[in-house]
Order: sequence, then C-alpha cells, then structure tokens
Amino acid sequence: MIPEIGHFALALALALSLAQALVGLVGAQRAEARLMGAAAPLAAGVLVTVLAAFACLVWAYVANDTTVLNVVQNSHSAKPLLYKISGAWGNHEGSMLLWVLILALCGGAVAAFGSNLPSALQARVLGVLALVALGFLGFILATSNPFERIWPPPMDGQGLNPILQDPGLAFHPPLLYLGYVGFAVTYAFAVAALIEGRVDAAWGRWVRPWALAAWSFLTLGIALGSWWAYYELGWGGYWFWDPVENASLMPWLAGCALLHSAIVVEKREALKTWTVFLALLAFGMSLLGTFLVRSGVLNSVHAFANDPARGTVILVLLAIYIGGGFLLFAWRAQAMLPTGVFTPISREGALVLNNLLLCSIAAVVLAGTLYPMFADLVLGEKFSVGPPFFNTAIFPLAVPLIGAMTLGPVMPWKRARLFPALQRLWWAALAGLAALVLCFAIEDNRVGPALGFGAAVWVILAAVADIADRIALFSRPRAAWARAKGLPRAAWGGAIAHAGMGVMILGLAGMGLATDTLRLVKPGESVALAGLDYRLIGVADAPGPNFSARRATVEVRDGGRLVTTLEPERRSFPVARMTTTEAAIHTTWLSDLYVVLGEERDGGAVLRIHHNPLAPWIWLGAAIMALGGGISLSDRRVRVSAPAAKAVKAGARA
Amino acid sequence: MTRKSRRLWLLLLCALGLGSATALTLSAFQDNLVFFRSPSDIAREAPTPERAFRLGGLVETGSVVRETAADGKPEARFRVTDGAHGVAVTYAGVLPDLFREGQGVVTLGRLGPDGTFRASEVLARHDESYMPPEVADALKKSGHWNPNQGAPPPAATWNTLEPAQAQPRRGS
Repeated sequence: MIPEIGHFALALALALSLAQALVGLVGAQRAEARLMGAAAPLAAGVLVTVLAAFACLVWAYVANDTTVLNVVQNSHSAKPLLYKISGAWGNHEGSMLLWVLILALCGGAVAAFGSNLPSALQARVLGVLALVALGFLGFILATSNPFERIWPPPMDGQGLNPILQDPGLAFHPPLLYLGYVGFAVTYAFAVAALIEGRVDAAWGRWVRPWALAAWSFLTLGIALGSWWAYYELGWGGYWFWDPVENASLMPWLAGCALLHSAIVVEKREALKTWTVFLALLAFGMSLLGTFLVRSGVLNSVHAFANDPARGTVILVLLAIYIGGGFLLFAWRAQAMLPTGVFTPISREGALVLNNLLLCSIAAVVLAGTLYPMFADLVLGEKFSVGPPFFNTAIFPLAVPLIGAMTLGPVMPWKRARLFPALQRLWWAALAGLAALVLCFAIEDNRVGPALGFGAAVWVILAAVADIADRIALFSRPRAAWARAKGLPRAAWGGAIAHAGMGVMILGLAGMGLATDTLRLVKPGESVALAGLDYRLIGVADAPGPNFSARRATVEVRDGGRLVTTLEPERRSFPVARMTTTEAAIHTTWLSDLYVVLGEERDGGAVLRIHHNPLAPWIWLGAAIMALGGGISLSDRRVRVSAPAAKAVKAGARA
Repeated sequence: MTRKSRRLWLLLLCALGLGSATALTLSAFQDNLVFFRSPSDIAREAPTPERAFRLGGLVETGSVVRETAADGKPEARFRVTDGAHGVAVTYAGVLPDLFREGQGVVTLGRLGPDGTFRASEVLARHDESYMPPEVADALKKSGHWNPNQGAPPPAATWNTLEPAQAQPRRGS
C-alpha cells in the first residue's frame, strides 16, 4: 500500500509541477497577479508530494519490503539501520528521487524566501524550476520508478554494494545534490532575467546567495566524496581524475566563477551578460554531471544498474534545458546593456581574470572527460585520459589563478594600480617566497611541492593581510576590534574562503611528498617508512554485523615510542560475495599514517603502507572554504534582501 | 577608457585565455593519451617501451604466479590473453580482490623490450559479473564472442574460454 502512495505522490507532483510551470510563466507574461500568486503555493505542494514519495521509499527500505523491486535489488534485512535508510538513495532510482526532492526543496525555498522579489520575477523563477522538475519527475515515472513491485516477493534482498555501506553515503549524495541542484535556482533566475530582458544590481543581489549556498554545499559534497574515496577505497589517494569526479568539479568551477562575477553585477552593474551565461553554464555542467553519472556511459561505483533508454532520456532533457537556455541567451543577451565601466587593472579586472581562468580550467576538464567518450563513439578508438593529462594541462592555468586571487580583494573598484596592491601584501609575498625556497632546499629540489607550499603560504597570509588592513590592525590597533565587528560578514567570508583554499593547497603540496611501500611481512617483522617502524603483530578473525573480517594489528613506533596501533581489515560480505579493504588511518595532523591489509600467504600478510604528509588539510581547507561561503551568506546585506517573516506565512498557507 | 576599448580588452583577454587553454589541452593530449591495446594489437604492432598504455583481456587460466621479490615486495606474474594471442605481465603490488584467473582485467603500464608488460596498475572492478567494455570488445575482435549470436555469456563462463579451446575464428 505505502509504495503505491509513494508512486501516486510522484504522479501528483508531476501534475502540480505542470500547473506551477504554466501558472508561473503564463501568469508573469500576462501580468496576472492571481496566476502569479498561485505559483508559490503550488511549489509548496510539489515539495510536500515529493517529500511524501521520498518518505514512502525510505519506509520501504526500513521495513525491508521485499515486494518492492528496488528494495530487493539494493537492500537486505541484515544491514544496519543507517545503511537501510541511506541505501534508499544508494541506487539509480532512489538517487534520482533525491535529486528531485532537493529540486523541490529549492522551489519551496524560492517560494518561501522570495516574497521580496518582484512578483513577476518570482513567478518566472518558480515556473522555470517547475519545468526542470517536470522533466525529471517524468523521467523517474517513465524509466526509473523506484516503487515497482515484484511478485512473488523473494525471501530477502540482494544487499547493498559493500563499498556504499558507509556513513559517507548518508551525507555525500545529499550534500552534492544540494550543490548540483542549487544551481538550478541560479539557472532559473538567469532564464527569468533573459525573458524579462533585464539584469540589474538587484538581480545580482538575489542570485548571489543562491550561488553561494549551492557552491558551499558542492564544496562540502566534493570534499566528502574525496575523503570517502581516500579512506574507503584504500588506494591512498584523494583524487583520481575519474570522469565521475570531473563531473562534480566542472559545476564547481563554473559556480565559483558565477559567484565572483555576481559580485560585479551587484556592486558595479557590469559583466551582466557574462554572469547570466555563467549561471546557465553552471547548471549545464550540473546536468552534464548527472548525465555522465546516471546514464551508464561511465562505469564506476556511481553507475548503478543501467539501461540505455535512461541515458537517452537524460540526454534529451540536457539538450532541452541547456540548449533552450543558450538559445534564449543568444536571442535576448543583446538587450542587456552594461553600465559600469572599469579599467583592466581594477577589482573588476581581477574578477574577470578569475572568471577566465576558472572557465579555462573547466574547459580543460570538460575536454579531458568527454574526448575519450567522443572518440570511442565516433572514431572507434579506445583510450583514456589519466591524471598526467589533467596535471600538465591545469597546472599552468592554476598558477596565475592562485597568484592573482590574493590581489583582487585588495584592489579598489573601477581603477587600481598594481604596485600599491602589491605593497599591501609585501610580507605575505615574502613569506610565500621563503616557504618556496625553504621547501625547495629541504625536499631535494622538487618543484611541484615547493611551488605548492609557497602558494599556500602566500594565499593564507594575503587573506590575513587583507583583513588586518581592513580593520587597521597595525595602524590603529585599539580600534581594530570595533572595526572587526563592523566589517561586513561578506568580507570576512571571502577572506576565510580564500584562506581555506590556501589550507587546501597546503594539503595538496604535502600530498606531493607522499611515500608508500608494499611488503610481505610475517608476524613480528617490521617495515620502515618515513622514519617510522610498522610492526605486524598478527592477523585475526573479526566478526561484523553483515560481514566477516580478517583484522591485522600493526604497531607503529617512532624509535622506541609507540605512536599508535593500527588495525586494517579485509571484510568479506557473504550476501554480495564481495571483499573490501578497510584502511586503518592514524592522523597526527602533520601526516596520515595509512595501512592497508592485502592478501595473506606464506604465513604472512601483504601490507601497503602510505605516509601522507598534511593529507587531512585538504578536506579541512575545503570545509573552511564552505564555512567562508556560509559566513558570507549570513551577511546582513544578503538577509535584508531575503526576509524570513513572510516565509512562514507562505509555508503555512500551503 | 572608452566602452569600445574596454570591450576590445575583454575580447583579447578571452581569446588569450581560451587560446592558451586549447593549446594546453592539445599539447597535454599529445603526450598523455593512454591507448587501449589487446594482446592481438600488440602482436601486430608492439608499442614503444616509453609509451604507457592499457592492456586488457582475460587472465589466462593457470598462469598466475605470486612470488616475493628479493627486497620483500610481493610480485605477481600472469598472462593476459584475448584468445588469439597472450602477453606476459609482471606487477609489483597487491592484486585487487576481484582478480581471478579467467576473468577480464585491465592493466596500465609499459611494454618492456623483452616483450613483458610491466604493469603499474591492475584494475578489476567492484563487481564480480563485470566485464570491462574494452575487454568485451577485444574478445569480439579476436572471435571469442560473436555479438550476432546474442548477449555475451555471463562472466563466470569466460573462465572456460582458454586460448586452446577457442572457437574457430572469424575474420577480424
């Protein structure tokens, strides 16, 4: 019964979306207040129905309802409760439902917090969002119904892929989708602006919080995915330039550019067409990512069971939304006249450079991701593009980006001079240079890590210098605290996000110095790596809730002092007939000690040991970046444009 | 600065950015494309030792030898075959959990001057029933699987496809 309710709720959501799209777009075109006013309650209705459908699916998983095909294929009664719940979106159908749920949440948020928008703009934004929801709800109902029944019901399900049985599954997809789908709102704003033919500072102010929120969530989602791959796959790496990873990096890069160019629209009313273009591009990249991951053109842990019909439908949806958006852009972009004038060397100029470099990097990633597929389909040639390609092609673009990201914030709008800007950052530059030279000398003339450390120090200290300058920490230290409190949160957020980038670069540079070794050891024998001694004590059986494991005990000693005891495992899951390796990681914050248990033979066990300097700083830096985004989002000037008082009423009416 | 010259500046910058991105992409492609080669491809034309490529096929039944090198590093030797030809592979590392004799495998590495492939990575997927598409393609080409006769047999039965028992080959 409950799965049928879920199915019905989905169909109802489809009908409500259709109504919302018609009411919003037609109402705004005819300027009929009653039609436009109906869009917000309808968005709330879509949210409620999709939420109901999602709740029904989660119920089916928690109750292990084996009459539902999706549950049978992806769940098992012996699974811990957390993985039963998160398993609901650990498959194609469920993850598409989560995608639509988050889209509905975005629609609900625009309906709730957007009551201060001009009513025509709000109605159009809701209409465009409903069009997107319509396509994806139709996709779910037509090709990927999560509530399909199976008869006769089997005794139990087939279990979830053991790699996905991890708390990461509970957070990584929702965060990532909040980012992906959050760009649907900026897309809707861009399309609405194109229809109206008007982009002004107010539009920039409305779009920026959405871009900020989506970007912050996407940052967290990607970082969490990277961390998950790091500890779960046991390969010792954090980023593999896998097409699935690239699919999430592209919208991040485009969103990052959008975030920065929206500042220029808001403050200076320049770069309008470019910002609209970026808003279309960011969502286009999100949809492309969804297509790559969900259509089955890629084979990875993300690509669940697939059939070609799904890929075709997503491709058609992609063509409609992106093609439609860009057609509209080509047709209407002329209508938007730039007003703010600036010289190349100014804060606007720095932001243009940032946009250019970010988009160039996104283009390189796009080419590297799509070209092998294109060549396979069209030329019949099979090859792949690995990390060496991305590293060599992106490095020259990242260097000026990181070099210039510190200069932008200290330059004035409209017209600036390079020398005074550099003058304000002289000690950061000096420290960065010192770090570079020092690392170059210590680490045997290795260029990559040395450049990384230099850049990290430069970026972090430049952010500090910027804040210190703004609160006059050195010139008038007594007034600094008062000024710090008075400084807009957006300034704090920006500086913190930039410093977070620096922290992440620190981690990346540290990982450039990572070492590893592989050894077959017998109990009692030890392996030395990076000045530490890893001694295998023994390997024993360890039972788990739905797996059995072999667990090694490895003592790590620094000279005579015991640093830690690591217990890497190999788990075998009888239901899925799979083995996974669980790496044991001990972090000292200066480095990660990372041990993986390999096969056992000849009375010993194979141990793979990694010494990863500064590894945790990569994800810490990403978290700081997202925190900066959050602080920026809490800026009073953003909140003024989004009052919450009327939102409660809008929600209650629904 | 007039609007016209500003626009010119912007266009110049854009052209510069996109141009350098394209140049970087193309030059990086030139050096870093990793081609897929089946054992038959290698028999036809052996790649040079300095070029890394991916070798895929079935792990020949009975060919896997696991040993320990002098410095204590575990090493594996096996042969990768597509029915028509085979290539000897050495790999210093832990073989993936799903590495089995008779199953599809893709390895990344370089071909030594002695004709032995030195793998730096051995990829086996997370799924027992998974056949890498490149390997399926190589098997089709070498005549082990005729797509006209239906879907590929389940992965478990690829085990029995030893080169000696290969079906009569179609012209490839």
